[in-house]
Amino acid sequence: MKPGKKFGVVGVAFAVALTLFATSAPANAASADATVDIGSLYEPQNLDNTGGGGQGVVEALNGNSYEGLYRLTDGGVVENLLATASKVSKDGLTYTFTLRSGVKFHSGKTMTSADVKFSLEKVSAADSKSARKSSFKVVKSIATPDAKTVVVTLSSRSISFIYNLTYIWIMNSAAKDFATEEDGTGPYKLSAWKRGSTLSLVRNDAYWGTAPKNKTVVYHYFTNATALNNALLTGAVDVITSAQSPDALAQFKSSSYKISNGQSTTKLILVFNDRVAPFNNVKVRKAITSAIDNKKLLASIWGDYGTLIGSMVPPTDPWYEDLTGVNPYNVALAKKLLAAAGYAKGFTFRLDTPQYDPHPAAAAFIKSELAKVGITVNINSVTDDQWYNNVYKKHDYAATMQEHVNDRDVVWYGNPDFYWGYNNTTVTSLINQAEQAPNARIQASLLKRANRIIATEAASDWIYLYPQIVVASSTLSGYPINGLNSQFYAYNIVKN
Amino acid sequence: MAKYLIRRFAFLLLSLVLASITLFVLLRIIPGDPANALLSVGATPEQIAAAQHEVGSDLPLIIQFLNWVRDLSTFHFGTSIISSYPVGPEITSRLSLTVPLTLIAFVVAVAIALPLGFIAAFKAKTWYGTLLNGFSQLGIAIPVFWVGVIFIYIFALKFMILPSGGVPPEGWANIPGTLKYLLLPIATIALVMSSSLTRYVRSATLDVLGSDYLRTARSMGSTFTQAMTRHGLRNAAAPVISIIGIELATTFVGAVVVESVFALPGLGSLLVRSIAQHDYPVIQGVLFVSTFAVLMIGFLADLIQRIVDPRLISSSAGDLR
Repeated sequence: MKPGKKFGVVGVAFAVALTLFATSAPANAASADATVDIGSLYEPQNLDNTGGGGQGVVEALNGNSYEGLYRLTDGGVVENLLATASKVSKDGLTYTFTLRSGVKFHSGKTMTSADVKFSLEKVSAADSKSARKSSFKVVKSIATPDAKTVVVTLSSRSISFIYNLTYIWIMNSAAKDFATEEDGTGPYKLSAWKRGSTLSLVRNDAYWGTAPKNKTVVYHYFTNATALNNALLTGAVDVITSAQSPDALAQFKSSSYKISNGQSTTKLILVFNDRVAPFNNVKVRKAITSAIDNKKLLASIWGDYGTLIGSMVPPTDPWYEDLTGVNPYNVALAKKLLAAAGYAKGFTFRLDTPQYDPHPAAAAFIKSELAKVGITVNINSVTDDQWYNNVYKKHDYAATMQEHVNDRDVVWYGNPDFYWGYNNTTVTSLINQAEQAPNARIQASLLKRANRIIATEAASDWIYLYPQIVVASSTLSGYPINGLNSQFYAYNIVKN
Repeated sequence: MAKYLIRRFAFLLLSLVLASITLFVLLRIIPGDPANALLSVGATPEQIAAAQHEVGSDLPLIIQFLNWVRDLSTFHFGTSIISSYPVGPEITSRLSLTVPLTLIAFVVAVAIALPLGFIAAFKAKTWYGTLLNGFSQLGIAIPVFWVGVIFIYIFALKFMILPSGGVPPEGWANIPGTLKYLLLPIATIALVMSSSLTRYVRSATLDVLGSDYLRTARSMGSTFTQAMTRHGLRNAAAPVISIIGIELATTFVGAVVVESVFALPGLGSLLVRSIAQHDYPVIQGVLFVSTFAVLMIGFLADLIQRIVDPRLISSSAGDLR
């Protein structure tokens, strides 16, 4: 056979293969029975949100398979879910919760107060890895006078207690393995988890509440943003929960897609180790904050997206106020502050920089900005593991960069032992008072005062608030756009 | 032959034992703590200590090693300290993708490389022989991930006839669907692998074509086809089989690149994720299985070489007798 014929045979074989496999996408089913395909970069580590499940398990299962006594809506409002009513004693120390009737776990067992007690205790158990564990130290005792009532007694007032309950999943106390099996009360049951690939949820026909507007939800996991974007472009997924780069958005600017710019709670922070010189000097911290043009940095990374906030508090927190003017970008002022602090000729410090985007680019920008005021930055690239060991656990660093994803987390500045070591007794006192405030108005007022002090002292440089960009096929509606605390409720999604 | 087989098998087992010890020691030299992957910012010192105890990173190294040997001896490889899933079934699940991906790509590559390599050798002095040689050089020079990206652009994004990555949620329960998702990754590997194989086949064939024994056979009255069939192919096959074995092993271990480009849940992507999390049982399990696969491929390649060319059994310096 001549080579030309051989090429022809190979070409024909490939064409036949393409024809065989290249079938068109299945026609859309009626929307109530539709399958919604969600693309994400955050695969769960395991299925237990108190066992190190990570951001991914919250995104997939929170509100979808597991429910709490209360729900934090996508708009940031706390509403009743498995609790129908609550009564607070006059001293604010005793909470009596009435549970919803007729709620069953996916295994068929009826939810009772014993399950609620079990779930609350699971968060503060010795082996709990929940980041919220410290919030529940205030719980003194939990009583279950009957199957529908739970009485929680606190050791001190905690105005955030109800809010914090939105993070707690009510789990079946009889279940054995929370890391690998799911048994919640939510509108979807876990159908299958092919680790490294997909996690499928199927409608729970015995759900106590309103039935989901779709039948099946499949989370498709990717390890790089390009593959994730390609999946949306080729119709393999209907929506991506969080776009990672504004550059990629250009390809979605057509009538086939919708780009939502929602509210985020993720802050990019230049963290100073406030315990050690020269960062224990307020003037030095303010000088650095004024020497970096955060607006330019935000624009270079996110284009028209993202927000400058000037503090740890995002606009969705009730105690938000615009503090971007407290430490304005002003190189002359930065030089003046450095001179006043005794560093007229600048100094050198090491910036421990996580390896993943956007930290390397942001660190390079900071380095060039600080060079203008005589400060030399040595960028030290660190893995997640190194960061956790050296920065978080040992506090062995001068400055670092990190994302803080949760809302209402300004309270960490009230803990002098936290990794950034900010220690201001007035702030600590205000934050403690706020937690024990009799009402939300006073709480907000006290936290505003604390936040102003923290910003004025430039405890850190809050570079910007990330945008929360959800990109979806234009055939989709009803999906969450804010992604508060990484949650992604799927039950209202309609696919036409 | 039986003696050779027994000794070669003993060598295989010894290699595995040494590899498992080396793997364990090397992993522990890398700084890091698997407990960190389970914790987040906000964890208290008590939580950190509890997590370290849970994952066993606070145990003495010798105890950790004995635990690894125990898990290895039962072939279930222990339990992931991050996901709590047993490692054995996890590896089996990932192999169900990586093995077909590698093998199908390998068969396609060999099917392309053998005829093209022969043509490139037989017609070395023609324009298409030169062209084939040039193309195979080009195929070797192009990085596999780049081929993958180009294929995605053409077939997934431009013409939208094939998926850009991933696999169907139902996996191999949907064979046509899964094959459709694997078509581009297979084509990517096959293209790159066939390029280098074509070069080796061409080179081995050229050696045979210029050999004295082939000329002697022709002078004794054999036709070209007879001479090639009786003498040429056997001699050309031995080095090619050896290279094919190496290529297959390299592709199996190097599948991680293609798996990453095409977002495939194979063994390579499991390894990458486990390394980032210091998930020792999973890393050890994956590397052990990979080592076993590479040694087995080498063993089979040696065996086939000796079946094709029995002289190697008695003359090879590496026959361990």
